[in-house]
Parts: sequence; structure tokens; C-alpha cells
Amino acid sequence: MSVLLTLCLLAVLAVAGFVLCRARALAVVGGDARRLHSLPGYYGWHGAIMAAGPALLFLVLWQIGQPLVIEERLGGYFPQAMIADEAAETLILADVRRIAAGLEAAIASGAMTAEEVAGLDVAAGSLRDRLAATGVALGAEVAPETLEAAQAYRAMAHWGAVMRSLLVMGLALAGLAHAIRVTGPDFRARNRVERVMLALLMLASTIAILTTVGIVLSMLSESIRFFGFYPVTDFFFGLTWSPNFSGNSQLGLLPLLWGTLYISAISMLVAVPVGMFAAIYLAEFADARVRAVVKPLIEVIAGIPTVVFGLFALVTVGPLLRDWIAMPMGLGNSGSSVMTAGIVIGILNVPFISSLVDDIINAVPQSLRDGSLGLGATKAETVAQVVLPAALPGIVGAVLMAASRAIGETMIVTMGAGAAAQLNLNPFEAMTTITVKIVSQLTGDTEFNSPETLVAFALGISLFVITLCLNIFALWIVRKYREQYE
Amino acid sequence: MSDVTAGAPGAARGQSLLAGSARTRARRAREWRMKAYGIAAIAISLATLFFMLATIVIDGAPAFRQATISFPVTVEAAIVDKAGTRDPAAMGKVTTIGYKRLLSQGFIAALEARGIDREGITDKDLTAMISDDAAARLRDRVLADPALVGQTIEVTAYATGRIDGYLKGRVTRESAARDSNVTPAQLDLADRLMAAGMLSLRFNWGFLTGPDASDLRPEAAGLGVAIIGSLYMMVLVAIFTVPVGVAASIYLEEFAPKNRLTDLIEVNISNLAAVPSIVFGILGLAIFINFMGLPQSSSLVGALVISLMTLPTIIIATRAAIRAVPPSIRDAAMGIGASKMQVVFHHVLPLAMPGIMTGTILGLASALGETAPLLLIGMVAFVTNFPAGPLEGGVMDPATALPVQVYSWASRSDPAFIERSSGAIIVLLVFLVIMNVAAILLRRRFERRW
Repeated sequence: MSVLLTLCLLAVLAVAGFVLCRARALAVVGGDARRLHSLPGYYGWHGAIMAAGPALLFLVLWQIGQPLVIEERLGGYFPQAMIADEAAETLILADVRRIAAGLEAAIASGAMTAEEVAGLDVAAGSLRDRLAATGVALGAEVAPETLEAAQAYRAMAHWGAVMRSLLVMGLALAGLAHAIRVTGPDFRARNRVERVMLALLMLASTIAILTTVGIVLSMLSESIRFFGFYPVTDFFFGLTWSPNFSGNSQLGLLPLLWGTLYISAISMLVAVPVGMFAAIYLAEFADARVRAVVKPLIEVIAGIPTVVFGLFALVTVGPLLRDWIAMPMGLGNSGSSVMTAGIVIGILNVPFISSLVDDIINAVPQSLRDGSLGLGATKAETVAQVVLPAALPGIVGAVLMAASRAIGETMIVTMGAGAAAQLNLNPFEAMTTITVKIVSQLTGDTEFNSPETLVAFALGISLFVITLCLNIFALWIVRKYREQYE
Repeated sequence: MSDVTAGAPGAARGQSLLAGSARTRARRAREWRMKAYGIAAIAISLATLFFMLATIVIDGAPAFRQATISFPVTVEAAIVDKAGTRDPAAMGKVTTIGYKRLLSQGFIAALEARGIDREGITDKDLTAMISDDAAARLRDRVLADPALVGQTIEVTAYATGRIDGYLKGRVTRESAARDSNVTPAQLDLADRLMAAGMLSLRFNWGFLTGPDASDLRPEAAGLGVAIIGSLYMMVLVAIFTVPVGVAASIYLEEFAPKNRLTDLIEVNISNLAAVPSIVFGILGLAIFINFMGLPQSSSLVGALVISLMTLPTIIIATRAAIRAVPPSIRDAAMGIGASKMQVVFHHVLPLAMPGIMTGTILGLASALGETAPLLLIGMVAFVTNFPAGPLEGGVMDPATALPVQVYSWASRSDPAFIERSSGAIIVLLVFLVIMNVAAILLRRRFERRW
């Protein structure tokens, strides 16, 4: 019985559980729902949960466990020499699975009968050709051990499927029977159902933790493998980045880090003044009608996908800077440059800074402004000497968060900053960033056993740590000073 | 401000109250300057926004129109069906090269029939004005309807990217003289074809429905696969994130006790919202593809990665919506004997629903434009086959997504692809505008102030 069919049957049993338990609850009290502890529907839900829940859980565990057990046993079919190291074992097991799947497909399509498959012999002719006829491509001719293992795999998988179906169905029926048995006027069905619901809600909220754990673990494990190939100090303090897929790469982080920080610094030079002045004007000077129009318009910028900014950098800003500034001043002739990417990221970050700063300025109590204005200060003096100092921690937090976004930005730098890793001061030269190199090392057909590929994970975790620290620091500053006026 | 003695009493004396002192003027100037900086900042950002949108619309609008050449073609049985059986299986052996010959013959015959001067353009250069894509289309058309063999049919073929560019002003005679793919003589002929009505710019449905095409055939490249891929991903992202996001928000807002675990979850959610998107791509590559063995480039993996990214956004929006439901509603429901769970699911959740929907749509809109993580899980691959229908496991088939298509076209060398890339952005922005307008309408229609 296939998994899909099992799931369908479970669904049917769940519906049956709902109907039966609800009907039984009503029958027990002679149709007088007031004598039940819970509403009749809750008895129904309890029946459905008992029928499907444990069986479903068991099914999931079985599906995870079965391949592990089978692989463990398959090891016995091969001589030690063939499965000496882990990579070879993985390859052989993948072959076994493919052949087994091919044989199943051959039976399903009618190309071979079940008896023919059972009597297959490597000596009897090319199994590779026969499988190719059914659409299963094999890299090499099949070894006798592999065929034997594949037959055993099929037998075990078959046996496993039968056991799985029997156990799941048995569990479902037992659950259903239990639910029907306990249904009675004094049974607290609602409390049971609500406890299950609460558990589900709690499970959903732990996804955030699981994601973080997943991020850290996936990057950490691959990074550790990378540092097995490549010395840690060379990575963190190396001054050259020149990956070479035929080996002998120099994978130093510093040129990438320099490019990242340089581009981010330029973007902050654009975003902070523009964002701050826009926010100050909107919060303190503009009248309500202007604000109602301009604020959403600025926020439109934040809603535009970054790839659009990337194309803008590539097609418009890059050539513009090159033809009008870099070439006349003799600073270079590259369309993609630190300046291009920096300016465009700066524009992207303007709405982020301006809306955060706007909120922070609005949170400064009106009494401070009134006091200052009452002493005869102009509006500008009030802003510069009262409002901004009061809002300073929040503003610093906003700027740090914007910096973390600029450091993590990928598409704009991929399309606008270039790919040359260099330690250079000229902002009109092409430079590259951590994110660009993550993309370039991991795109395309990649094997996960060379330092050139694995370095992307080390870059990833460096990026993650940098942005995380900036964010935590920003949140800490905001939290620490927030309640000053409340 | 505080120094009352500022401006010695004598300084202001004897002056008109209307004129103002130098100090007053300086203070007013500062006031004025701060306003001016603010207006300048707003002007800079809005001007950049409009400049960017304008360049993209100007660059991208021509992508929706395509130069097409129409002429009659005789489908000769001697070329496409030598056996004369009209059996599609036997005819399938004839490759596009045979059909290209048909097109070439038809095109040359049409020129002669209309008396259009070729001016010494070789047959090869003449045929080169028609996209390679046309032969494949003609082949599909004939194989689908073998009765066409032996008949003369009207063919509407794409002109090549260079001729298309000439009609749209991207290619000029000067650039053609330097270009090995097109000659000025071909452009002169294109002028005469236009005058004869054989060559014209038409609305190009193929751009919206067709699959991607190779570097050499920009004229045939379409967004079909990307639109379907993005659609599959958005539907899956909604299916994954909405139940989990709402459940997590309900737990955190209504049930979570104040303890270590809750704090940990809260910190995690706010940090995840700020993690660079590319890190989620690494996560997807390591866990969904390498560890779980899901197929690369599939919309399913894309959707899983984007879901993890979008979840914090949706949780934050949903919690705000739940918090906006006043406590009096909860108290009233509790007061008539509802359990905590009933209060939430029967009263709080329905009232928070419009806010949740708005937040979800906005979250999905930002997910639609996400590119970087998709590059890492292989959605940047060159995919020309449409994924299967959603019920036949199409979510496991290789696909691309709209923003990724923008990127991959932008990184090709032919300038015709920049036009396509901008055109793809227009399509993407149209979808984003639709989603945002839907969110705004939803908010207007259902938002309640308590």
C-alpha cells in the first residue's frame, strides 16, 4: 500500500471517527446535549484526532527510520573494500536504490514480469541495456553484488511497506476504538482537544528557533569541513582572493570584507543624510497633506525588488558614473564600481532609515518641543538641539540596522559592483563583496567536496555573524534608551 | 537660546522691529536651510525613484512588441515527408534544418513575387533575417496537422533580434556596420519590407507565454516558465506560511507564558527578519537539497526557502493584527463561559482576519521579488521546458522565477536581453502593484477602529 493510499485511508478513518464519536456522544445522553461535558463537536474532534494523530506520527517516524535500517543491512552485501570510505558507500547505495527503482519501473511498465526480475542474473546479458529501455540510465555495468543488494533492497522495501501499512492501520483502528469507548457524558473531550491544539500552536512557534538552528548548523558543519581543507588563519587574514577550481586557491577573506565595508560605507553616506533630512522634514515641518502623499511615495522605494535596483545600477547608474565622472577624471573605465553599488544601495536604504527615524522622532514627547519653542527657539533649533539628542539612541539603532542591510545586500552588488576582489581605495574601481562571492562560488554545477565551493559556507557564516552582531547591538541600544520618557 | 544676554541690549536699539537683527536673520536662515535640506532629500529620493521607473518602462516597453515577418510558405512534401505517408512519427525525423529551407525558399519567393529588390544580399543573409525559432514553430505546426503538407500556408515568423532592434531604434546603420550579426544592407531591405507591409511590429504574446530561449535568439525568449514558477512558489509559500504563521502568532500573543523559551522565540523571530536573504539560500542548499535530496531548481525548494524568510514578516504582521483586537472582546466571550481556545478561534481570530490577510499579502509581495536565495538553489538555470501541472508533481520540476529571469537576462551579453530584462521587471511590477492594491483595498474595506 502506497503512502498516499495510507494517508487517504487515514483521512477516511478520521472522518469516520468524527461522525461515530459525535453520534455516540449524543446517543449516550439520548440526544440531550446539555448533559454532555463538552459540545458534541468536541467528541467528534477527539475521535478524529485519536484515529489519525498517533497513526500519522507513527507513519512519519517509520518513513524516516526505514531507509536507515535498510542501508544498515545492505552494508553486509558488499566486501569491506568496496565500502571503505564514506563517499564510496554513498555512491554504491545510490546505485542500489536506482537499480531497485529501475526494476520496479520495469515491472510497472510491463517491460519485465515480476518472475523475470526475480530471476535476473548479471551473466545473462546486459542489465544496463534492459534498464535503459525502461528509461533508467546507469553509469556503468552492474556488479553482481549490487544486483544482489538491489534485489534485497526491493524485498526489504516491500516487506517494510506491508508492515507499515498494517501497523499504521492497526494503530488508527485502535485509536478509533479507544475514542469510541471513552466517549460518555463525563468525558472531558474539549479539554483533550484543546490540549492537542495548544501543542500544535506551540510547535508552530518553535519553527523560528528551528530555522535559526538550521542556519547555524548547516553553515557551521560545512565551514568546519572547509577549515579541514584550508587553514583558518589563511582564510581570516589572507590578503588575496583567487579561487582556482583545479586547486591551489588562495581564499583570503580580507579583500571581500574590504569591498563589503567600502560599499556599505558609501551607501550609508548616501542613505543617512537623505533619509534623516527627509524624516526630519516629514515629521517636523511638513503639513499633514504633504506628509500623506510623500511618505507612502518614499515607502514605494522599499517595496521595489532589489533586482530592479540591480538592473538600474547595471544599465543606468554604472555607465552614467563612468562616462561623466570616472573617465573624465581618469579614475577608471569600469561601469561596475564601488560607487555605483554604494549609491544604489544608499537609495534603497533611504525609505528604511526615513521611516524608522520618522517613528523615533514622533515618539519624542511633544512637551519637550513645546518647552523649547516656549523659550523662543526656532523650529530648526528645537529639532537640532532638543528633538535629535532625545531621539539619538533610536537613530543610532536605525543606522546600524540599515548598515546591516547594506552589508547583506546581494543583488545590487552582484549586478553593479563587479567581481574583482582587490584591496583598493579608488571608489570607481570594480570591487567585490562577501555576498557576490557566495553567489559565484555556489551557482552552477557544484560538488561539495572542494574548498572552492565550501568556502561559500565560511563566507556565509562570517556574513551571518557580522549582521547578527550589528542587529543585536542595534536592538540593545534601542531597548536600553527607549523608556527614557515613558 | 538660554543666554538671555545674547545680543547686547544696545545692538537692537534704534532698529526697526520689522527689519530684524543680523542674529535673527541668521537664525531664520538656519530654519530655512533645514527645511531646504529636507525638501532636497525628499526630492532626491523621489526623483531617483521616478528616474529608475522611467528608464525601466522606456527600456522595457518595446519588449512587448516584436518585429514579425509574414509571408506564404509552401510545405513541400519532398522535404518534410519523403515517404509520403503523412505519418507524424515518420515526419518527425525531419529536423528543423529541413523546415528552415522551406522558410528560406518561401521568403525568397515572396520577395520576388512582390518585386522587392534584394540588392545583392546573399540567400544566407536573407534567411538570417528570420529567427531560428520560426523553423521550430513551423515544424511543430506541420507535425500537429500533417494535412498542411503540400499546401501553401501563411507564416508569421519573428525577425531576428537585430532586425527587431532596428525597428525599435536600438540598432542603427552605424552599429550594424560594426556588427558581425547584421549588415546595413539587411537594414535597407528591412525598410523596404516595412514599406511592403511584410515586416511589422506586433504585440508579442510569446513574451508572456513562451519559454526562455538561448543567447542567440533573444527574439524568442519569453517569461512563461518564470511566471508559472513564480505562481507555484507564491501558492506554496501561502500554503506553508499562513497556517504556521497564524498558529505561531496566536500562541505567542494569547497563550505563551512569560519564560525563557518564549523570550528565545521572540528574539529569534526578530533576528530572523534581519538575516540577509542570501543566508536563507545557503540554508536551502545545505538542508533541502544536499541533506533532504529534494530536486534542484524546483519551485518546491524555492517555496520552502522563501517561506522560512517570509515567516517572520507574517508573524510580526499577524501579531499586530491580533493585538489590535480589544481585550473587551475577550473578556465578554470569557464572561459567557467560552474557553480560552474558543475565545481565540471564535472571536479574536475572525476579527483579526482582515489585518492578517493584509499583512500576508504584503509579505507575499516582498517574497515575490526575492532573488538572491533562489540563485543558490539553482533557479537561475536555463529552463526551456514548462513544469508539469500542479497535480502531476509540477512543483518538483525545474523552473525559474520572475526576478531570477530578470537577473539571468541582464547578465547576458546581447543588448536585446536588457530590453527583455526590463520588460520582465514591468511584468513583475504589475504583479506587485496588483498585490499591494489588493492589500490596500482589503484594509479600506474591512479595517475597524475600536
